[in-house]
Amino acid sequence: MSKLTLKTEGDRQVVVTRRFAAPPKAVYRAHTDCELLRRWLLGPEGWTMPVCVSDPRPGGKIRFEWANQNGASFYLTGEYAELEPPSRLVHIERMYLPDPTPDNRVETTFEPDGTGTLLTVQMTLPDAATRSAMLATRMEYGMEASYSRLETLL
Amino acid sequence: MTPAGNLDATFAALADPTRRAILARLAKGEATVMELAKPFEMSQPAVSQHLKVLEDAGLIVRRVEGTKRPRRLAQAGIDAVDQWLAMLHKALEKNYDRLDQVLFDLDRNRKGETR
Repeated sequence: MSKLTLKTEGDRQVVVTRRFAAPPKAVYRAHTDCELLRRWLLGPEGWTMPVCVSDPRPGGKIRFEWANQNGASFYLTGEYAELEPPSRLVHIERMYLPDPTPDNRVETTFEPDGTGTLLTVQMTLPDAATRSAMLATRMEYGMEASYSRLETLL
Repeated sequence: MTPAGNLDATFAALADPTRRAILARLAKGEATVMELAKPFEMSQPAVSQHLKVLEDAGLIVRRVEGTKRPRRLAQAGIDAVDQWLAMLHKALEKNYDRLDQVLFDLDRNRKGETR
């Protein structure tokens, strides 16, 4: 049974929720600590994150680079905007494919849920054209069968 | 047409509130341009323009009935949006399943340290 929900709100937002067995402090740490991020923020099987920069303070830099065994790679950069450990995180990110996508504001909240955490991720984008570009990108990223197509983008 | 190209057109078409309202109306069943224009207090040419955008995005189809051209929802267009959401869902599930394991290991290490 799937524990994840994903829905669109209006034409500007995508909202994802997911429950975790660990408390907010741990889930928050897993979203800001590179040692942990590199173990899970990987998308489809076969990708690794050889470069991870995460400086969790206002204005702190983010840089994630992914690579697969076929030599394909891409990266995103961003900045932390608002940090309220362990309950809320706002950052701005853009993906390079290789041209940068417009800035995406991502708000992540970590709410206590029994002994666990309810994670809510809200992605806000400037306009529908940007969202459609990001949606198309993420679709490529999410499809195992489309590695070859992803590589032609890179 | 590539799925990604089609999705661009699909989401651009969906960005307009009037077009979403037209789709909501068509979700209840087929309608002519005149029937669609009425609740929106718009001219027929203005509605026709919106219908063209929706049609180009693959979200609606038309059929010929005498002089009328009733529109209805195209299953393919609706499926494309659902398909994308399913893809994103799948990628996030993979990430979060791995995160479950990371959190489990963290907890085990923490308990190990305090023992």
